[in-house]
Amino acid sequence: MKILAIDTSNRPLSVAVLDDSTVLAAITVTVHQKHAEYLLPEIERLLGMADLKPTDLDRVVVAAGPGSYTGIRIAVTTAKTLASTLDIELVAVSSLATLAANVPVEGALVAPLFDARNQNVFAGLYRIKDGVPTAVIADAHTNITSFLEAVTEYAEPVWFLGDASHFADLINTTVSAATPKISPWLNLPQVATIGLLGQEMTPVKDVDRFVPNYLRLTQAEAEWQAKNPNNKKDNDSYVEKI
Amino acid sequence: MGPTDKRNLILAFESSCDETSVAVIEDGHKILSNIVATQIKSHQRFGGVVPEVASRHHIEEVTLCIKDALTEAEVGYDDLDAVAVTYGPGLVGALLIGVTAAKTVAFAHNLPLIPVNHMAGHIYAARYVEPIEFPAMALLVSGGHTELVYMPAENEFEIIGETRDDAAGEAYDKVGRVMGVNYPAGKTVDEWAHQGHDTFNFPRAMEKDDNFDFSFSGLKSAFINTTHHADQIGETLSKQDLAASFQQAVVDVLAEKTQRALADYPVHQLILAGGVAANHGLRDRLASDIASNPTTHLVKAPLKLCGDNAAMIGAFANVAYRHGVFADATLNADPSLEFDWAADSAK
Ligand SMILES: [Zn+2]
Repeated sequence: MKILAIDTSNRPLSVAVLDDSTVLAAITVTVHQKHAEYLLPEIERLLGMADLKPTDLDRVVVAAGPGSYTGIRIAVTTAKTLASTLDIELVAVSSLATLAANVPVEGALVAPLFDARNQNVFAGLYRIKDGVPTAVIADAHTNITSFLEAVTEYAEPVWFLGDASHFADLINTTVSAATPKISPWLNLPQVATIGLLGQEMTPVKDVDRFVPNYLRLTQAEAEWQAKNPNNKKDNDSYVEKI
Repeated sequence: MGPTDKRNLILAFESSCDETSVAVIEDGHKILSNIVATQIKSHQRFGGVVPEVASRHHIEEVTLCIKDALTEAEVGYDDLDAVAVTYGPGLVGALLIGVTAAKTVAFAHNLPLIPVNHMAGHIYAARYVEPIEFPAMALLVSGGHTELVYMPAENEFEIIGETRDDAAGEAYDKVGRVMGVNYPAGKTVDEWAHQGHDTFNFPRAMEKDDNFDFSFSGLKSAFINTTHHADQIGETLSKQDLAASFQQAVVDVLAEKTQRALADYPVHQLILAGGVAANHGLRDRLASDIASNPTTHLVKAPLKLCGDNAAMIGAFANVAYRHGVFADATLNADPSLEFDWAADSAK
């Protein structure tokens, strides 16, 4: 199975091309955040190095959020359009799980988090089970302190990844169990790892209806819903074909 | 990749604001399909377009629109000659969905990619009425733009005048809001205007200035002051007369500046395009002004294609294709993309 895996959830851009369990080409770039410009050229380059055409692909694996709204839309638009237009499979993975997959320690507890400003984070807690990150606290947009308190309940060492350094002091004072020192490399998505995991995962049922996992309403919608609590209209019905 | 004898088929994308649209266009003037998914109902909750909400809707709709466009046109990817997309101006997050999807389709099927300026698309919607004859002039009026564009030849655009503040469509939405009309207000204000009379005599900004620029902020302020004053003294003003007075002022300024531009730039056609080009007051006024002009005739963009749509993008993309204007996979959205000003416009 020929797989393309992509992640542009935050500043890093990560692309990998795999043939079953063989990683043919992989790249992670952090020197810029111009995903709109660079994602497709990188895909083109990596497929070219692997001597593959887009039509050779069987499956696209995408980190579908949470993350920067624009970032996850670029990866998801690219992935769903490829899958839809080539009629191939689409697999979606949490952008946080993508980071957790960097930890190769069976049984480890991993807490990947992205800084969402004002002491908020996108975060989840994962346990590595049979080499696969399995969610024990679901990805959420949450206050860093309440997240750390929830993590502390486990009374186990936790691998903090992603933007954890932004909250280093808080983590050290809140989390009692020793947290492993990690290589900065592990803070970056290595999308080849989810490419490998993505082989086993169930593809998205309806590619055309697939959207990123923002984990947050827009401010306008949140305010509108607060003012209109009884309106439970399906999002789809706001868009009409004319 | 060059011109061929067979029919030219372009898959065109548009997502610059609150419409997701994909079309299949033959030879730049025949619409095989033009799928438009509008988000107006969603943004009406907020009284105007919320960019993040727009981006989220675009990603929901875009591949569905592609499939519908191809199905309705009864063509497959093998039949296509190129993919075209609006890359600006517009909302950056919204533009990015169309640009990313179009680039991906072009890449997946090894098709050339054509970058299209949204405003060129609006103008070239005139091709669905008749072929454009050059030199031509366009009066482009929409929610974000109000400009006079001189076109000496195919694929050439020179701005000779534009709004110094609000776009005409923006002014419509603002006075609409004052009168309790939800976004987009243009249609209702236009209807009311036809039922009322110009009794308030609002200012016609810059009508007599020696340039082709527009301004609508003074008109907007005068309108707001009039309605506020009436509120304060408990007087109820006729919405129909307010709308008629506002519309008359807008139309006078647009028509006057256009006539002056036509005097300096003799052209075969005056093209009226953009969202506000659907305004009946404006369509009728330009038509009567130009009736006495022996050399220029008016081409009004079809009512159905005044709003944003991918058919107009495909109309211009066909010209860009013949001129060899292509982009590579690095194409990015350019939210403030603009035509250049005419070299001699410093007057
Ligand atoms: Zn427009």
